[in-house]
Amino acid sequence: MTDRVNINEEIQKLMVRSVRGRSEFEDLVVVPVFAVIVALFLGALTMLATGVDLPTIGRSFVALAVGSVGSLNAISETLTAAAPLTLAGLGLAIGFRTGLFNIGAEGQLLMGGLAAVIFGFSFPNLPFLVLMPMCLVAGALVGALYAAIAGFLKATTGAHEVISTIMLNLISFRLLDYMLRLDWIQKEGRADPISKSVPDNAELPRLLEFLDPNLRLHAGIFLVIAAVFFVHWLLFKSKIGFEFRASGENPDAARYAGIRSSLIIVAAMATAGAFAGLAGANQVLGVLDRASPGFSAAIGFDAIAVALLGRSHPYGVALAGLLFGALEAGGRQMQVDAGVSIDLIGIIQALIIVFIAAPLLVRAIFPWGFRKQGSNGGGEA
Amino acid sequence: MDVELRGLTKRFGKVVANNGVNLKIRGGEVLGLLGENGAGKSTMMNMLSGLYSPDEGEILIDGKPVVFEGPGDAIAAGIGMVHQHFMLVPVFTVAENVVLGVEPTKALDYLDLNAARRQVREIEETYGLEVDPDDLIENLPVGIQQRVEIIKVLFRSADVLILDEPTAVLTPQEVEDFFKIVRALRDAGKALVFITHKLGEILEIADRISVLRAGQIVGEGDPKTSSPAELAEMMVGRPVNFAVQKTAFAPGAPVLSVQNLSVLNEADERVVDRVSFDVQSGEVVGIAGVQGNGQSELIEALTGLRTSASGTVAFEGRDVTRASPRDLHAMGVAHIPEDRLRSGIITSFTVAENMVLDSYYDDRFSNGPQVDWPAVNQWAAKYAHEFDVRTPSIFQLAGNLSGGNQQKLVVARELSRDTKLVIASQPTRGLDVGSIEYIHSRLMAARAEGDGVLIVSSELDEIMGLSDRILVMFKGRIVAEFDATSGVRDRARVGLAMAGEAA
Repeated sequence: MTDRVNINEEIQKLMVRSVRGRSEFEDLVVVPVFAVIVALFLGALTMLATGVDLPTIGRSFVALAVGSVGSLNAISETLTAAAPLTLAGLGLAIGFRTGLFNIGAEGQLLMGGLAAVIFGFSFPNLPFLVLMPMCLVAGALVGALYAAIAGFLKATTGAHEVISTIMLNLISFRLLDYMLRLDWIQKEGRADPISKSVPDNAELPRLLEFLDPNLRLHAGIFLVIAAVFFVHWLLFKSKIGFEFRASGENPDAARYAGIRSSLIIVAAMATAGAFAGLAGANQVLGVLDRASPGFSAAIGFDAIAVALLGRSHPYGVALAGLLFGALEAGGRQMQVDAGVSIDLIGIIQALIIVFIAAPLLVRAIFPWGFRKQGSNGGGEA
Repeated sequence: MDVELRGLTKRFGKVVANNGVNLKIRGGEVLGLLGENGAGKSTMMNMLSGLYSPDEGEILIDGKPVVFEGPGDAIAAGIGMVHQHFMLVPVFTVAENVVLGVEPTKALDYLDLNAARRQVREIEETYGLEVDPDDLIENLPVGIQQRVEIIKVLFRSADVLILDEPTAVLTPQEVEDFFKIVRALRDAGKALVFITHKLGEILEIADRISVLRAGQIVGEGDPKTSSPAELAEMMVGRPVNFAVQKTAFAPGAPVLSVQNLSVLNEADERVVDRVSFDVQSGEVVGIAGVQGNGQSELIEALTGLRTSASGTVAFEGRDVTRASPRDLHAMGVAHIPEDRLRSGIITSFTVAENMVLDSYYDDRFSNGPQVDWPAVNQWAAKYAHEFDVRTPSIFQLAGNLSGGNQQKLVVARELSRDTKLVIASQPTRGLDVGSIEYIHSRLMAARAEGDGVLIVSSELDEIMGLSDRILVMFKGRIVAEFDATSGVRDRARVGLAMAGEAA
């Protein structure tokens, strides 16, 4: 009898989760925080090198803070900018977890957004509660299909997804230009390539219009919050997420365990594309009101940085999306207040990624921020 | 040249990898260093070769204390290390690899490859190492590549050679050749340290044996008087049972029937050639053979991972020639793959996740589209305990476990369900004595329960010890069959068949 009890005790002991280690904390929190600090500092040096004087630099950083979190309008702008970045970033994170380096969010986003616009102006008489969700679904579906092309090519022929998604991006840019000039899409009476507008009852409603009509924050933010939790469930709780992660971490072991890798590749690409398509729909239904050439504004590329910065974890992606949204909103303010080019924000964003991608570099710059590592603990790469 | 380690201690954080190690290495002698995985052998040798610096203690060369700032200092002092995993450039020739980093040059930094070739030849002639200096590394078998590693060390004028698990990658024939080289080096006055956990080899080659356990030297042995059992007990810390405990042989109906099976590799070469055999319930069939004679492809075809070119595979009378890995899994086929790190486990997944890698979709572990993690965790903890997978918790990453525990994890996953056929490929490669003993006992338990067991191994001892019937594979064909139950255990004949000599 006592043996039985002992065995049960030992089994129970195996099920005790250890407290998150210091090194995990360093990886997830300390490195990104330091990366942002170093990037901002180097950004200041860049300004100095381009002949900006110190008071202006000071003013521009104040503007960056004020423009991103300094007022209700600033917060609204930050959230509005963060929404599509987070949505597309979530999709990319799913791809990265599956071992797919999807560069095609930009194209998937354009195709999804265009589909949402077309669906919207084609059925202007449907009630809001039907039309708006259907537009979102159309965007997600078309984004998924567009991404699935690259997945299908990889699964059947082994064509590398980096190459095929880059090419699909190029195709999508020109396809959009072409379609925007088609009679049934182009806005009546316009010579330039621009689509018809989305009817009001397809739009994501603005949330704070009652306070100030200029506040652009719209209902897409709820979509983003739901998406973050959904992706967390998908990756870490669901069966298909287990298959995604297993295929991503060790395709051979996944295959040996009976997971059909070709199906997983197509499914993961399609899921990633659905989120990119949603990001596109979110933009046209919440902010832009119509499709125009290059309306994606490189969100699909910035989202790659967001997914990497967020360590392909949905919560991390949400935080990274917020940071990039804040940099974008603050950067605009910086340009207005201090007259510093918004390109500088691009430089700062790029620097953050460089430092995130090189945690050893950050550790080398801030040795006192980290516990000393034993010679056996250098497994960072 | 004599080297002495005096009171060497090395700590990593709270872990003491080496604790007050004393060791004497003498010229003209082979010192066998015996220890399980994780006993601290590598740490000790890394201190000796300048990769780590000791926290306490000192290294003396010919009685004089030395301090190594890095591997360069150790090499300059005449200490050379032959790593388990070779460090060669595959697209370079033998001579180019040997001189890499210390290239002989003429004026204007012109690489003098003729001098390199000549020097390599000189070393080869002195020690009887046969290699063509102009061969490309990628075209050479593993055994010859190892010679190149040794020549590399000798080229740097090493007097002390540290050989880290040198036979792990060699075939039995290559091991014989390798031992000749080791003896030649010893007779030439070199000091050799032979690191291994294989008892048979160390008894054959060493002049003196030191046993390392938990970071400390726990004993010395004389190969002339020590028995394998004594050494194993010293190494593991408890008595080890060498003889595999087998129940009486009681074969039943065939579980697996393979008829005229042919399999192609990626280059469309026929690597399994019209192979036919049966595995009966309650029987262990061992496939012996030097690696690369089609065993891997045969196993992949049997487990649904590779489509066969022709022939049939039947499981309990049902045709499963085209069955998927998941179908076979559901029918009760367990597969322990040959390379646990490549295809057995996912190192960045937890122990619990790895435990259900091939059964997460089952109703026991899921409800609807969702994995039932509490159920998975319960099950994983139960079987991690039952199969002696030593881990602080089931949430530990599998990559943090030792090789033996990783393999026990694979065995636990595959054998913890109702199986009828167990296919095990190199089930104990690279494992320590304790883990080997345990995994063998598990395979025998499966046999006792009436499973058919198919084992592929390049370790002849393993095949001889476990099998009821032995098939020898050579160049894709089964060239010989030995009945191991009737007491005919002719090691030499099996070995000859492995080398392609007709039995």
